[in-house]
Formats: sequence, C-alpha cells, structure tokens
Amino acid sequence: MQINQQLIDKIAHLARLEFNDAEKIRIEQDLNRILSFIETLNEVDTSSVEPLIYMSDEVNVLRKDEVIREISHEEALKNAPKKDSDYFRVPKVIEK
Amino acid sequence: MSDSKYDLYEAVIGLEIHAQLSTLSKAYSSDSAGYGDDPNTNISVITLGHPGTLPMVNEKVIEYAIKMGVATDCEIRLDNQYARKNYFYADLPKGYQITQDTTPICTKGHIDLKRADGTKKTVGITRIHMEEDAGKSMHDQDVYDSLIDLNRAGVPLIEIVSEPDIRSAEEAGLYLAEIRKVLRYLDICDGNSMRCDANISVRKKGDTKLGNRCEVKNLNSIRNVQRAIEYEVKRQIDVIEAGGHIDQNTLNFDAGSGITSVLRSKEMANDYRYFPEPDLPPVQLAQSYVDSIREHMPELPEQLFLKYTGVYGLSAYDAANLLENKEIAFYFDELIKHTTHYKAAANWIMGPVKSYLNEQAVEIREFPVSASRIAELIELIDSGKINSSMAKDRLFPEMIRNTSASPEQIATENNLLINTSSDDVQGFIQEALAKYPEKVAEYKAGKENLLGLFMGEVMKLAKGKLDPKEANKLLAEALEK
Repeated sequence: MQINQQLIDKIAHLARLEFNDAEKIRIEQDLNRILSFIETLNEVDTSSVEPLIYMSDEVNVLRKDEVIREISHEEALKNAPKKDSDYFRVPKVIEK
Repeated sequence: MSDSKYDLYEAVIGLEIHAQLSTLSKAYSSDSAGYGDDPNTNISVITLGHPGTLPMVNEKVIEYAIKMGVATDCEIRLDNQYARKNYFYADLPKGYQITQDTTPICTKGHIDLKRADGTKKTVGITRIHMEEDAGKSMHDQDVYDSLIDLNRAGVPLIEIVSEPDIRSAEEAGLYLAEIRKVLRYLDICDGNSMRCDANISVRKKGDTKLGNRCEVKNLNSIRNVQRAIEYEVKRQIDVIEAGGHIDQNTLNFDAGSGITSVLRSKEMANDYRYFPEPDLPPVQLAQSYVDSIREHMPELPEQLFLKYTGVYGLSAYDAANLLENKEIAFYFDELIKHTTHYKAAANWIMGPVKSYLNEQAVEIREFPVSASRIAELIELIDSGKINSSMAKDRLFPEMIRNTSASPEQIATENNLLINTSSDDVQGFIQEALAKYPEKVAEYKAGKENLLGLFMGEVMKLAKGKLDPKEANKLLAEALEK
C-alpha cells in the first residue's frame, strides 16, 4: 500500500485533524516507512487463518433489562470542558 | 397537457424505519431508557464513552428484535455480531454507533397491506437490525453553543429496512401505519417513537432499471413521509423531463415549507468505516429460544382481522376499525368472552363507548365500565327488557356514573325497563291510529312507509318503554284489520 498526500488528506479529515504542508510530507514519509516494515508480515501465508476479532472465546455475555443508576447528573457533567447546570455545551454544530 | 407527464412515471420507494424499543434500560448499558426525565440524568460512564468502559448487551433488545422479525415473516439469524459505525457528532460521545452491519438479526421478511379499495399489497422487509440511538442536540437555545442531552444516547432501536416495493405516498402511509400497529401489538415500542428515512427514485412505467435515488432523512411523522414523497417524486420527474439528471444526494425535508433540500452530495457522503465491534462478544442464539418466542407471540392485527371477520362475522370495515387501536381491540376481546352478540358488541364499542372516549378525551383503559357490564347491557336489550335507544340514551350514561350496580338494577331503579303489557301496547296503537285516520287510509292505499310515523307515535305514548320489535309486529297486524 502506498501513502500519498490525497490519502493523508482523507484520513486527516475523517479524524478531524488539520496539518500544514510540511507536516504532511513528514507524515507521508513516516507512514510509508511503517507500512513497508509491516508488509514483511505479508510473507506469511494467512489464507487459512480466520480474522481475529475477539480476544476471548466468550459468547452470549448478556445482561437483564434492569435499570441501575451508576453515576449522578453532577458526576456526569464533572469532566466536561464546557457545561451549564443541565447540559454539555459544545461549539454550535448545525449539520448532521 | 402538463399533467400527463407525471402519469408516464412510477415512484420506487424504500423506507428505513427506526423504532425505539420500550425497554427499561439502554441497549448496551444499565442506565434508564426512560423519556422525559431531566437532561443528562439517565447516563452512565458507558453512555458517556469514557475510556476503559465496556458495553454489555441487554437481552430484552434481542427478544424484541426477534419478535418483530417473527411478526414480519423474517428469517432469524442465530449467529449475530455487532459492528461499529464511525462518525463524529457531539451527541455521539463514543465516536461510533454500535449497530449490526453484515449480520442483521432478521432478514427476508414481508408485511401485507390493504389498500383503501380492498386490494392487497405486499412489501418486502430486507432486514431488521439492532442498534442504539444518539443523544439530543439543541441548536437554538444559545447564540454560541449547542446544548447536548445524552439521556437518549444508547436507547435501543431496531432499524426496519424495506425493499423498494412502495409505489406511492399512499402505500408508504399504509406501510408505516401497519408497522406501527404491529410494534404496538407486540408491545415492543410505543409507536410514537419512530423516525423514517425514505429512499425515493422515479422511472418510466415499464422500465425495470432503477433510477438514481435520493434519501430524505429524519422524517418524524407518517404525514411528513407522504409529503416528502409527493414533493420529491414530482421534483424528480420535472428534472428528468427538463432533460436533467438526478444526483444521488442525501436530502433534508423542511416540514414548514414542504420542500426538500440537499444535505449531502454523493461526494460528501460519510465514510462510516464499519468494522466488527470487539467489545461485544458474538451472540449465538439457540433455535429453541427463537422457537419459544414464536410460540408465545401475541395475536397480531392480521390474525385478529381474520378472526373478527371469519369467526365473529364482522364486516371488514368494523374489524379494521376495532383493530386500529390495540387497547380497544383488547376490550372487544374481553367483551365477547361474555356475550356472543358479536355485531352488537362491535357496535357498542364503536358507537357509544368511542363517543364517550372522544368527548372526555380519554383512553379506553380509563373507561369506567367493565366489558362484562357492557355484555350484560347487550343481553338486556337482546332479551327485550329494554329498547336500544333507551339503553343508549339513558341507561349507558347511568352505568358510567354507577359502576357498582348491574345494568338491570340501574334500569329498574330508574324505571327504564319495558313494563308495558301487550294490552297497553294495543291501547297505544289504537290511540295512535285514531289520531291519524287519513294517514291510516293512505297506508291502506299502499303508502307503507307511513308505518314509521305510527310507530313513532306509539313509542311516544309508551315513553319508549316497550319492545319495538313486538310493537312493530302488533302495529302491522292492527293495520291489516
């Protein structure tokens, strides 16, 4: 896989990050080095190996439909950078 | 002719319905899924997306999703996984929605609709999957900030995706109403908490290839879905007829003006980067579990309709009318446990009972008279002890005021029962006929619709306290002499 400026712009947008041109050139070089290093793994034949999704073999970890109040309203808002007595406050966002 | 161009096209519509499930707690955490509480009180560290927290699946959500799948004849998937749908928005603290992507729990179902003209229409259900709602953002409360309430974040939803089988705004309305009815009869959603996205395209009649579609987002009522479809179908036909091209856009519908506008173009489409949710282990259902849900399904409107029209002999109109509201249908079911006069039972509910509910603006659960009392009332009329207009106008209102006494007791106390002997009735008949000698002559000359006039006079003289069937017979006999 080859990293180019276009791909960096796309990933940066998805992560809501902004970089200047000098940073983007450095990132392109870094990522290409990292990827070519990782590509060594492609030498191993994994065609018969299932993708690993879960770190345990557990299935059906379910919970009863019961309400438990774990934290208070005040605790919920405590760490918010901006808030009032009722709500979290964020810079105005209109479009979804 | 400017109208005819619209007749050359047909609309192709698929709907995605998001229905909030009426569980007590949220989909993947134990905070309350209740509605109407103070902002940011039904929250947990999982809802808030705090690092290191782990979600856990609410088993009720699985049960409810399977119920909807069984009700719509879906195949139920036993091996379920969850997926992350990634996007940034302030009311989605985790940065992703936990949903199902490649393994929806229900697939390949359908639902049958009845059009106004009695014809049938089947709409395919592509899939039903489980997911969670986002929080609520308020943009108009403050000049600079949006306010975020996360009570709704994590509330369980099922998304019901239809095949593009719907051909008009009318059919879309029928489909939505039927889905809502089924959700209510299953008791898995209150039916008010539904949102809908509509995928709309048009094509020349006879074409098999689909046109480019537009998706109208976040329609919050059946009426608005229909308005959006009507507007959008006309717009798309106008664009094509003018030589234009339909861009595959995501649209917004403004309920005030009734028009759609572009929210996102195809190029701006979100890249959700779905991937399997590693925090939730897979759910492997036993076939026996699905079977037990199937065995314990409540009766659904479609089955009840067949029972009402078949077993109880009600008209299709009466049956549909009773089934419109689940609680009313249940009241009818209770009522006919006590009486076999099914038609009379339906008439009493759709007549006096519904009028009372409308006048008082209350629901049937608040109706003070029990179904067994209404059954006694029907028996009282049937046995000829009270006539039906007396029962409706005098006894029924008294029964609402006095719920402890039986209808017969109340009627006796208020002197409403028929206590007129047939001699008395004969007397009233003679009196009535003596009052209108010319009319009697006209009747005998063939003007038979005058019978009603004489009957009215007899009823007046008897103050309503006679059996009209009996009196009618005696009156006709008297006129034959």
